[in-house]
Amino acid sequence: MQAMFTGVFTGFFIRYLLLKRDHRQYPSYPHGVMSHLALAFIAAVIGSIAIPALMEKEFTAVTFLALAATQFREVRSMERTMLEGLDKTGLISRGPDYIEGIARVFEARNYLVMFTSLIVGGVTYWGNIFYGLLVGAVAFLISRRLMSGTVIGQIARVREGKVSFDGPNLFVDGIHFMNLGTDKVREEYMERALGVIIEPFDDNARATLANNGQRMAIAHDSAALLGVYKDVDTAEFTPIVRRDLDTGRVGMVIVPIEKDIELLIEAVKRVPVLESSLSTPLKTSIGRKASD
Amino acid sequence: MELEKFILAIVALDAEKVGGCGTPVFFAVNKEEQDKIATYLARITEGVVHDLENGTYIVVKH
Repeated sequence: MQAMFTGVFTGFFIRYLLLKRDHRQYPSYPHGVMSHLALAFIAAVIGSIAIPALMEKEFTAVTFLALAATQFREVRSMERTMLEGLDKTGLISRGPDYIEGIARVFEARNYLVMFTSLIVGGVTYWGNIFYGLLVGAVAFLISRRLMSGTVIGQIARVREGKVSFDGPNLFVDGIHFMNLGTDKVREEYMERALGVIIEPFDDNARATLANNGQRMAIAHDSAALLGVYKDVDTAEFTPIVRRDLDTGRVGMVIVPIEKDIELLIEAVKRVPVLESSLSTPLKTSIGRKASD
Repeated sequence: MELEKFILAIVALDAEKVGGCGTPVFFAVNKEEQDKIATYLARITEGVVHDLENGTYIVVKH
């Protein structure tokens, strides 16, 4: 009994700590948080009773683990469906890659909770509550380390780029973005727009930044943090991320509400590198040879 | 393959430069009027104005 309670408590607590109520990761409303905590509770219960039940020779308990796995796959599709729906009405869309990434994190964290509860429950069953909590703390540190992915700032240098026009064509540091008609729009751009250049450190980063989903994520996060000078009927102020084919540099032009280049650079640096866009050509021999 | 970009309207100064298409064409007498018509059309259709640099604007849905 004690084993089960310790397991449930630690698992639930870890889920709460991992549930970052950050508007980049999650539209933070209390009911969303509630439903995830409820799921975490179920995961923790299932995880923590597994080992004590096995010890009591109740082998049916193991089937519950399999059942739970199917349940949590549902979490992923639930999150995906919801975020896809929200993406249609948002001014700047997250893009399918980012949504898939967020959904996957929600699923994985439930497994993490289940696994932690399993271990804590088991250790408490054999040892005592003190060892159980100790293992729980270690599991928390490990899971936090495992679950924190890389960010753009770790794979590329982010710096300011100069926004300029050549006729109707918009450039940031020589990267062509788009053709914009009417003088008024161009004046607004010259007055308000900010440009950043993201320079990849190596070929892996270059391939990652080439992914369109990754670029949409950069545009979305920047717009979410600095605001965007745009409404549904002014599509020309949508932030755009384009690639310099010669060097693999990526540039972004955005018309923010808060015109502060330092904050924009910081925002871009903190954009997560999406699991689905992460590319590692340098890990293959062909990729290494091609890079020199 | 789904068509994602579409020319919604053409705003032209010179009738010689456009024609033979199914897209609505609006003629303007000067650049000022052309800018105004193009902006209105862009706001109404939620499109973006692009300048072809030959006195012709196109409004494109992205």
